[in-house]
Amino acid sequence: MSSLKSIKFFTVFLSGILFSIGLGVSGMMNPYKVRNFLDLFGNWDPSLIFVMLGALIISTLAFRLQSRMPQKKPLCEDEFCMPTATVIDWRLTGGAALFGVGWALSGVCPGPAIANIGTMNSFMLLFIGAMVLGIFLVRFFTKG
Amino acid sequence: MSVMTTSVLTPFTPLESFVGGLIIGVSVFVLLYFNGKVAGISGIIKGSFFSAKKDLLWRLFFLGGLAVGGMVVIKVLPQNTALTFHSHFLVQIIAGLCVGIGTGLSNGCTSGHGICGIARLSMRSIVATLIFMGAGFVTVYFAKLWGIL
Repeated sequence: MSSLKSIKFFTVFLSGILFSIGLGVSGMMNPYKVRNFLDLFGNWDPSLIFVMLGALIISTLAFRLQSRMPQKKPLCEDEFCMPTATVIDWRLTGGAALFGVGWALSGVCPGPAIANIGTMNSFMLLFIGAMVLGIFLVRFFTKG
Repeated sequence: MSVMTTSVLTPFTPLESFVGGLIIGVSVFVLLYFNGKVAGISGIIKGSFFSAKKDLLWRLFFLGGLAVGGMVVIKVLPQNTALTFHSHFLVQIIAGLCVGIGTGLSNGCTSGHGICGIARLSMRSIVATLIFMGAGFVTVYFAKLWGIL
């Protein structure tokens, strides 16, 4: 394997590790903490706002600097792979609403679900199984 | 008090949460600068089932890193994880289905729309984030009212 390829996979792996360390330090791997953010009129815990703030400061900087990169391409790939869709339709809004319902009921979204695999918590594994099933259902019924 | 799931109070942790957020931001930075990819977890999971073979390996490395980093957190900060998480199996199945179908339809979740999309000033992601957070607030309110949570 060429050294560029090694760096490529090392950095992807590192990015994954950093992501879950960030989730862990911020408390977002704890479903109760996420759900309490959504519990405005009950046990409200606004911590998630501060997670978003921290993540957005660095991410905004990253996407700002992206256009100023020399050669206009990432360090280990030939091109940037960016989302191109701009349409706001029922698929987007209805999908987001459905996601919000599931996120609130469980306190879990895809990142923390995978990061929590090592707990082998049966409720978490059940969630992951159902989530993967949901992804397949969308694929087979909408070709999306 | 709910009969189906456990509700647990959590302390407000602005500093730890902010620092954790910064680390997530660095993760986004690394993936973008080295690999040209957007750190949207639902999309990375979806693509690991349905994308071409040459586009598969980096996804598995990212998800592997996510799981391994999670194991470090479980070891060092077990109280910050789902180690003792308790719910109802039906609630978890319905929630998982909603998250899988919802993120599949809208092409993004908290990371792809909520962090990367807003950072890119994507109108789609701003709309999606407002909707899923709004739906989340409403869902917890009624789920508690009806004794589901």
